[in-house]
Amino acid sequence: MTHLVVVGASLAGLRAVEAVRGDGFDGTVTLVGAEEHLPYDRPPLSKEYLAADECPDPRYREHATFADDLDVELVLGTPASALDTSARTVTVGDRSISYDGLVIATGAHARALPGTEGLAGVHVVRTLDDAIGLRGALRDGNRKVTVVGAGFIGSEVAAVARSLDLEVTILEALDTPLVRAIGERMGRALTRLHERHGTEVRTGVAVDEVLHDDGRVRAVRLGDGTELDTDLLVVGIGAQPTTGWLEGSGLTVDDGVVADARLAAAPGVYVAGDVARWPNALFDDVLDGPMRLEHWTSAAEQGRYAARNAVDPENAKAYETVPYFWSDWYASRVQFVGVAAGDHVEVVAGDDADGGPFTALYRANDRIVGALAVDMRAEVMKYRRLIGRREGWDAALALAAERREQAAAKAAEAKAAAAETTAQDGARA
Amino acid sequence: MKINVDWDKCTGMGMCESLAPDVFEVDDDGSLILHAEEVPDGQEDEVREAVAACPTEALSLES
Repeated sequence: MTHLVVVGASLAGLRAVEAVRGDGFDGTVTLVGAEEHLPYDRPPLSKEYLAADECPDPRYREHATFADDLDVELVLGTPASALDTSARTVTVGDRSISYDGLVIATGAHARALPGTEGLAGVHVVRTLDDAIGLRGALRDGNRKVTVVGAGFIGSEVAAVARSLDLEVTILEALDTPLVRAIGERMGRALTRLHERHGTEVRTGVAVDEVLHDDGRVRAVRLGDGTELDTDLLVVGIGAQPTTGWLEGSGLTVDDGVVADARLAAAPGVYVAGDVARWPNALFDDVLDGPMRLEHWTSAAEQGRYAARNAVDPENAKAYETVPYFWSDWYASRVQFVGVAAGDHVEVVAGDDADGGPFTALYRANDRIVGALAVDMRAEVMKYRRLIGRREGWDAALALAAERREQAAAKAAEAKAAAAETTAQDGARA
Repeated sequence: MKINVDWDKCTGMGMCESLAPDVFEVDDDGSLILHAEEVPDGQEDEVREAVAACPTEALSLES
């Protein structure tokens, strides 16, 4: 193994090159990125990066780190356009780059709303340039913001826009938002967070047409014919894995690049991040087939696994994980671990009727497979361990009972301390 | 090995707790409780994993 090529210069690609260099790999390493930017931190782009008046630099590393510390050749600004797995070459612009081992980490791109190409006032949030554009637009005197799609990205942007005191409406095609990600009851619970903060959520509505004047969005026409005026239109209708460049490569592409448990898609070719579809052995009893995640933690881990497997295929290791994602809405933190599969969701702490705080557990095959918490930050990671050990449902309920007892004891202690303070204040008065 | 936390960066995501619960715990308000200043014997791998898994790069080790 002399040349590792990593295509995709976001988190998974970064972690790929860092992992092998950290292990002492002394071959040549090339990192190819479609964007001009150095690898940067994506989760904040739909959250604090939009909300804060001062923009923190989202880049993970400086140029010098790649050149000096990591000894990585950066090929930025042009997307890879072709892969030849028999000749073992990747085409980038007019360059053909040979590889011995390859990591595909080209991620996903935001799905566009048909009929909005080139319209001013229409935004997606995926790249740093997208975020810079939207950040400016939210501060440009625009008053009305319409968000298409009540998923996590759309919800985060809606929350930021409300915090900037804009008028926000979310339009969702499904009757309940986030059904696929967290299930129906929990989708409803999270919708309450929006309503609590004055964001209007309209579900079961179709956007028939985007109306514009002189190339600038003016309104959207809904399925029932009503027109909704808007200054900005934010499109958050999901992301598609970036696999177009792999056409004709012989790799199996099916909503992502299909790989085996070791993330191998072909000899010498491994996948990582949003583009990867692989069988997650931890959930082989509850999932129908291989899964694809668009989460920070799995992208980081898969980047490391894929690169290590690519430079040492003889000792390639299988990757399995308990998925984890978080989302910040208003001042609330939403955290989810596991998969939202199964036959039952149980709220084990708090109350979901008004959007939390609460913790809910997901059951499938009589074991705990998922946990969702809203503003209960101490909870989900304790369940993540149970899920990773394939613990039964009873064990999860036992932990939940223990956590409730601990919370009650803590509350009683706090109350006693407060009473003590009040008594002391009374004595002094 | 000493465990360093950059408290300005930590936002209580909790990956560290799920990987090395004897050392890291997230409190109700999202603040991190560090149960050990030094990496406990026999837990080097878990703690290294936890450091690598931090989404805000708030953790580091000092030998």
